[in-house]
Amino acid sequence: MDAITVEHITKVYEPVWPWHRSSTVLSDVSFTVAKGEIFGFLGHNGAGKTTTMKILLGLLRPTSGKIEVLGAPAGDVATHGKLGYLPESPYFYDYLTAEEFLEFYGKLAGMAREAIRVRIPDLLEQVGLQEAQHRQLRKFSKGMLQRIGLAQALIQDPELVVLDEPMSGLDPMGRKEVRDLILNLREQGKTVFFSTHILSDVEMICNRVGILAKGKMLALGTVEELVDGQLAKSIEVVCDGVIGRQIEPVRRLALRTLQSGARCLMVLPGHECLDEILDALRRAGAKLVSIIPHKGSLEELFVHKSEGEG
Amino acid sequence: MQRLFAVAVNTFRETLRDKILYNLVLFAVLLIGSSVLLGTLTIGEQARIVNNLGLAAINLVAVIIAIFVGIGLVSKEIERRTIYTLLARPITRAQFVLGKYLGLALVILVNIAIMFAMFLATVKLSGHPIHASLFQAVELMVVEALLVMAFALLFSTFSSSILSATLTLGIYVIGHLTGDLKTIAEKHASGMIKSLTTTLYYAVPNLETLNIKGQSAAGVSVDLGFQLIATAYGLLYTGLLLVGACLIFQRRDF
Repeated sequence: MDAITVEHITKVYEPVWPWHRSSTVLSDVSFTVAKGEIFGFLGHNGAGKTTTMKILLGLLRPTSGKIEVLGAPAGDVATHGKLGYLPESPYFYDYLTAEEFLEFYGKLAGMAREAIRVRIPDLLEQVGLQEAQHRQLRKFSKGMLQRIGLAQALIQDPELVVLDEPMSGLDPMGRKEVRDLILNLREQGKTVFFSTHILSDVEMICNRVGILAKGKMLALGTVEELVDGQLAKSIEVVCDGVIGRQIEPVRRLALRTLQSGARCLMVLPGHECLDEILDALRRAGAKLVSIIPHKGSLEELFVHKSEGEG
Repeated sequence: MQRLFAVAVNTFRETLRDKILYNLVLFAVLLIGSSVLLGTLTIGEQARIVNNLGLAAINLVAVIIAIFVGIGLVSKEIERRTIYTLLARPITRAQFVLGKYLGLALVILVNIAIMFAMFLATVKLSGHPIHASLFQAVELMVVEALLVMAFALLFSTFSSSILSATLTLGIYVIGHLTGDLKTIAEKHASGMIKSLTTTLYYAVPNLETLNIKGQSAAGVSVDLGFQLIATAYGLLYTGLLLVGACLIFQRRDF
């Protein structure tokens, strides 16, 4: 069963005044997130990621389309007991201490007082804030606020965790910790739906990815599917003892050549021309050093797709 | 109910940790102090003056808290975006609105109780009698504050803080002038003024019903039946406003 099912959602903001224009922030977006998977939602700022998340949580109503979260329609309050949410750049009640804050969210989640008391120290340790248990949130740094935000999202050990830009504002160490935390959630069988514009995070931890631009879903699939299927693979050939540009097939076929002394690096557009190039190199007396299939990155796909939309 | 109370307790805690509230309490202390001072300067009727000023100070502080903290109850949560994490929890929007209201109602009750205790101590220390009518006046002040706060909350569910404050203040002023509105309507045989004043007379609650400060200060009690009807009137109006606030909040996008 899918944890999230989104079918053809569109969100149009109607103008308040007659001289304003309506704006479409989501246009026919569809995707599913299976239970137990980490789904990365990629897109530039303003692509519609946060709007989609708000619709999933019932904070916004779509203009059209159907959404189901954990088998119930979006916004069903009973389902909210099984999910946790961390908004982008969260602001929390800064007059509360970390402990009071988590206690409040535990109560909102319907947890018993004793369960909350047991859960808080565990959770603070998980997000590395055990030292700050009795400190008011107003004294927290941005990274600490992000961590306590994560802790509140996980307070009742939810089945589904929705995280909007969870790595923003964190230093490299903090980002690694959050990545580990997300991977840990997957090991526990949780579903994680998170948005980001940091591609390396997605490549490292996601089962599947959706790329959103200007309110439209441009690509959907596993990182491998997207990268392999949509970008031509290039091949890097490195050899010694020749000047690459002096060999005719290299001049004609290579996308790029780099010469450093007697060593030459060539980037070929694909497998098709590899034999012809290798024959030519052999004839010229070159010594082959390496042949590396150059795998396309998600970044290239992201830029390619976003530019295509732009 | 646990979730509603969690929101109420958090609102109570937030308001108490807000320094504005302490300033208002200090303000009340100063006003009560000055009433004692004025009482000593006036020949005769000192007790009435002390009572008058003390009750007016409590009333003013309660209404200021009701309006200016009330308008921020929901709008602050939206502006700070804390509403997102709250409504992502298994809490209905109505529970959220009522929890916020209950939290501030508790703050106002505690404040009025403290100010009233200080006021009674002032009266006692000044050597004046403590009339039962003072309790009656304060009880209706509580009802008035609850009603004004419900207006502030209702307006803040669909308008900005400044507009909500202006509208609530407008209602408060008109609510104390409804008697005059009726007189104006009666004097104008027809026309726009008559229909406008008549509409306002029926739409805006008559807050003068809840104002018995003058006679209470003089030690004159009101009939218990009147007290009950006035209380029921205020609370019923409050209930209707809260239902309206919940219905509007239910339809909002965030």
